[in-house]
Amino acid sequence: MLFDLFFKTRKPVEEDLPQASDGCGSGNCGCKKTPEPTTAEPDGYDMKLGKTMNRRAAFRQMTAGLLAGAGMVQASCSATSTGDKREEGQLKWEEYFKKNYRLMTDEEKSKTVERLERLYEINTGKTINVSTNGAVENVLYGYAFNISKCQGYMDCVNACVKENNQDRSSQMQYIRIHEMENGQLNFDDADDNYFHEVPAEGHFYLGTQCYHCENPPCVKVCPVGATWKEDDGIVVIDYDWCIGCRYCMAACPYDGRRFNWQTPEVPEEEVNHTQHYLGNRLRSKGVMEKCTFCIQRSRNGKNPACVEACPTGARIFGNILDPNSEIRWVLENKKVFRLKEDLGTEPKFWYYMD
Amino acid sequence: MQVFVQFIKDGFQSATKGNFTYHVWMATLTVLMLLGTFAYYIQLRDGLVVTGMSDKVSWGLYISNFTFLVGVAAAAVMLVLPTYVLKDINLKQAVLIGEGLAVAALIMCLAFVTVDLGGPARAWHLIPKLGYFNWPNSMLAWDVIVLNGYLFINITIPLYILFHHYQGKEPNKNVYLPGVLISVFWAVGIHMVTAFLYAGLPARPFWNSSLLGPRFLASAFSAGPALIILILSFIRRYTDYKIPNTTLRKLALVTTVAAQINLIMLISELFKEFYSPTHHSQSAVYLFFGLHGKTGLVPWIWSAISLNVIATGILTFHTLRNQFRWLALACGLLFVAIWIEKGMGLIVPGFIPGSWGDIVEYTPSLVEIMVTIGIWAMGAFIFTLLVKVAIPIELGRVRFGKRE
Repeated sequence: MLFDLFFKTRKPVEEDLPQASDGCGSGNCGCKKTPEPTTAEPDGYDMKLGKTMNRRAAFRQMTAGLLAGAGMVQASCSATSTGDKREEGQLKWEEYFKKNYRLMTDEEKSKTVERLERLYEINTGKTINVSTNGAVENVLYGYAFNISKCQGYMDCVNACVKENNQDRSSQMQYIRIHEMENGQLNFDDADDNYFHEVPAEGHFYLGTQCYHCENPPCVKVCPVGATWKEDDGIVVIDYDWCIGCRYCMAACPYDGRRFNWQTPEVPEEEVNHTQHYLGNRLRSKGVMEKCTFCIQRSRNGKNPACVEACPTGARIFGNILDPNSEIRWVLENKKVFRLKEDLGTEPKFWYYMD
Repeated sequence: MQVFVQFIKDGFQSATKGNFTYHVWMATLTVLMLLGTFAYYIQLRDGLVVTGMSDKVSWGLYISNFTFLVGVAAAAVMLVLPTYVLKDINLKQAVLIGEGLAVAALIMCLAFVTVDLGGPARAWHLIPKLGYFNWPNSMLAWDVIVLNGYLFINITIPLYILFHHYQGKEPNKNVYLPGVLISVFWAVGIHMVTAFLYAGLPARPFWNSSLLGPRFLASAFSAGPALIILILSFIRRYTDYKIPNTTLRKLALVTTVAAQINLIMLISELFKEFYSPTHHSQSAVYLFFGLHGKTGLVPWIWSAISLNVIATGILTFHTLRNQFRWLALACGLLFVAIWIEKGMGLIVPGFIPGSWGDIVEYTPSLVEIMVTIGIWAMGAFIFTLLVKVAIPIELGRVRFGKRE
């Protein structure tokens, strides 16, 4: 049957359906609808259980589909009787109606951070620390990549994934390392998916990621202003404001952006608990994300994870307004170039050779 | 007010009564809509991963259909101008149908955009004041305004006219004519804005063309009237609603001229891409001939071009165009051709090859196809309802206080 086909490998449904009679009475959820199965967040249900489903349940699910626009409303009507669940519903409800990060007052920022930290604690029992540190004056971040040094080890990619809590199930990566044949800088013939010993004879390596353009086309096209350039030049995304239209993805000439096509999964023991609101905090299904120059590290005076992890020293990061910085030295003393400069995007990401 | 309540009631009566075929038709559409809803539920539950889209080809069947339907919506109202403003009564019967079609097409457009969103629950962020509306920078923000505005205009004008006819009164021209004039400019507007949405992206050279807007208009003004010709032929065959031959002939002329202009523009695009191909022509090479052995769209685009050429050929010869059988055939072919060309043939190659030259193809998934069919069924359902209510009123069969 068609329905079975769809449900064969999916999560449990019947058991998890909250009953209409219990829950929802806390007075603070404001929802009188029959709670439907959560369509938004997995909500701590065990997703590993596979279960087929009968036709009646399937029809019930269809009505749930109709109501799913109000997914968060339903989530806030969590039916279990424990106080934690009720609190979680309340917190999610408040989270749903919060503002665009740029419009928040400092107080609202600390409130949402409190909610996010508490939600994580309820769900996992562990604590996270979400920073809202702003840009420091007279700082403009820039990045330089030494093509002569990179050997294609991919340590940067792994460090990035760990640092930034990227989805493990889809193997999301912000950085791409392109293996190119000597004698040409040609992306069409490059291999960015190699599985062999590196460095390969007669090849060189070049990494791409978000270039944090001074004139970012992705920012211009976002219909809800969910992505913008911070004062220190980092292009960020408000993950809770993004509606997932993917217009920014179409507008980016550098393949710098990634979309959460499914609910991202990071095993709790691998989660990096030191987070930033605009950086590596955990994302949900259906939103964009990308490299933030490890905003949670860089704004604390550290190098991004990729720079720190690179064993060859091919990656240089720093404040281009500081005349004594290493990045400034590279820009002034090396022959640097940028990619697709004709598009007028002004990337803050340079390449150079020794 | 009381009259309006009765108007709604009578409208509801007209919509729910019909012969057996009508009920079968509506029931079929309902089943398709339910299947679409079910597929959409799966997409909401698991995420857009259930579609064929990926980080490489991040827009697919949904946005393709959206783009095509904006054209249908825009074209419908181009019939309005000659009727209301130039007092060309030949098209008068076509106008209400055209506006009904515009409403149905617009609702489908909005539905296609909504199902494409990763977080439809957060769509309220698009509401000005309440959310954060990135206007005038984002062309998508412009699109939200023009599509909703156009929907509003196309609901209110026919409602006003029908409501007056329902009471046996003549509608006041000073009230609706300004609205009609605005809607004509607005029709061009929705199409240009939608074209700019793509044309404004230097990252995608395939779309980044100044011809895109005009080409959108030309293809819309051939596919839209073509569909209306088919619908009118159907209506005059199966209802008492009189549609004179001259109406269809005039529409056929509009379709023909637009189809010819569209072909000229196609030739000029092909010339530019293939006379001296650059790196920016790669998408066109992929679309028409395939790239590195990947040929997913090649059969589609050549079918579209063949259909387009055949249809335009039929339309160009008066003797053929004036025979309604040939005309209907040409309109059908043209509609399908432009659906391919303006839909998948435009959106998907924009992403292939990717930013760094990688070629990842796109095939819509079952869930995506089911949702798409569901939305088309919804459009057909809404359009049928609107026509079913409008025709008895226009024929004078349903009037306030009287019902046959």
